[in-house]
Amino acid sequence: MRVSMDIELQDRPGQLLQALQPISDLKGNLISVVHHHEKEKNRRSKIPVQCVIDIDPEKLDELKSQLKDRGIGVAKVGEQRFVERGAVVLIGHIVHNDIQDTIDTVDRTGYAEVVDLTLSMPKIDQTSSAFLKIDAVGKEELNDSISLLKEVAKEKDLLVVEPIET
Amino acid sequence: MKTIRASISGFGAVGQGVAEVLLKKQDYLKNVGLDIKVIAISDSKGSEINTDGIDLSSALARKLEKGTVALEDKSSLEIIESVDHDLVIETTSTDINTGGIGLKNMLSAFNSGKDVVTSNKGPLALKYNELMEASRNSGSNFRFEATVGGAMPIINLIKDVLAGNDVISVEGILNGTCNYILTRMMEENAPYEQMLAESQELGIAETDPSYDVDGIDSACKLVILANSVFGMCFSYKDVDVTGITKITPESLLLAQNNGYVIKLIGEVKDDLIRVAPRLVPEDSPLAVGGTLNVASIQTDLSGTVTVTGRGAGSIETASAVLSDIVSIYRD
Repeated sequence: MRVSMDIELQDRPGQLLQALQPISDLKGNLISVVHHHEKEKNRRSKIPVQCVIDIDPEKLDELKSQLKDRGIGVAKVGEQRFVERGAVVLIGHIVHNDIQDTIDTVDRTGYAEVVDLTLSMPKIDQTSSAFLKIDAVGKEELNDSISLLKEVAKEKDLLVVEPIET
Repeated sequence: MKTIRASISGFGAVGQGVAEVLLKKQDYLKNVGLDIKVIAISDSKGSEINTDGIDLSSALARKLEKGTVALEDKSSLEIIESVDHDLVIETTSTDINTGGIGLKNMLSAFNSGKDVVTSNKGPLALKYNELMEASRNSGSNFRFEATVGGAMPIINLIKDVLAGNDVISVEGILNGTCNYILTRMMEENAPYEQMLAESQELGIAETDPSYDVDGIDSACKLVILANSVFGMCFSYKDVDVTGITKITPESLLLAQNNGYVIKLIGEVKDDLIRVAPRLVPEDSPLAVGGTLNVASIQTDLSGTVTVTGRGAGSIETASAVLSDIVSIYRD
């Protein structure tokens, strides 16, 4: 299960490692960490950190209690929901330029995922076309993931056809 | 009746269209109190000058028969400099690298206090601020609705009809040739090259299509919009441009299967100015086909206003020139 978790760290060195260790111990997979160090600290002078993890749902309670034992506050836990749906078309030598890596660019973010891909390869020496559906946790995240995709596509000489903003 | 002495610089498709429209709309012009007297017409080979007013029908016939309107050697620039008149109708062909003769004509017209109405994008896309300043300094009227979207009203729509609104963004299809090619590729499931050839045969695309299909034409129009509507000072070289040459029939089909069409969209907002093929939902007002142009203007007070119309064609473009002329002199 993919879970988003808002935790609060003391403003001391080594705190982030303290927080992440139990995730690893419980065989969770850390997808993303956003460390809001630059943001104003909350009233209790703690630093908010948002992380997204893949973890066995049965181990979630254990994770929360381990974090508490280490003095780390758990402000919010929620199942990650993809509420924003988007799509892009890719044109170029998509498959020969490591299609898995292209998809991973989006999937690695933790806040967006390629959920569908339709590929059309007319002839071996011709450019392919693909239609990608991308789900994201929010509009901003969707746009961010498309921006990342565009960077990778540029390196691979792929054309990204983005949707207009509606 | 107010008599306006005008010259037509450039007698290609648009210049001839202007002459035809002036002939056709003589009665209308009389009714609004205007007598547009064309005292000079020039093309690349020379000119005809008649301070009593040129017979437009015979000028058009001569152009058709001989390929030129020229009866003497004087160039458009010499006419602007030496023949007394009020309005320069600048319809020379666009030069996107230097601004070409059009830029010289416009600056010279302002220099001698003449008004300018133009369909020529190049000078505006390159030297917008310089031209505006020159027209302000001389107190000249300067109108250029015909440079963006042909008959589709947009600049005057935003400046006059939507006056008072803050414009948040403008996006749309600003090139009819690209729209035609993409529309036909989707309809026929045919490759780009084939539909380019078809549109060249039909006279929709030029022999050298790069100006259209590489998105340069759209970029120029976008720059004119950005500068005139948003008060920015872009040159067309600032635009992030991707053309349509890489679009495949398969990509159009995939898009269609998912409820989209692919269109070459120009977009300007805040500090973003770009032209690129984009996915447009089939039910969006921007999803127009054929050679149509379309623009959605997002405003703070009026919400989104969308206009569509014919973006090219000599008579259509001439209609935008005519409307500029009428709006300058009507009162």
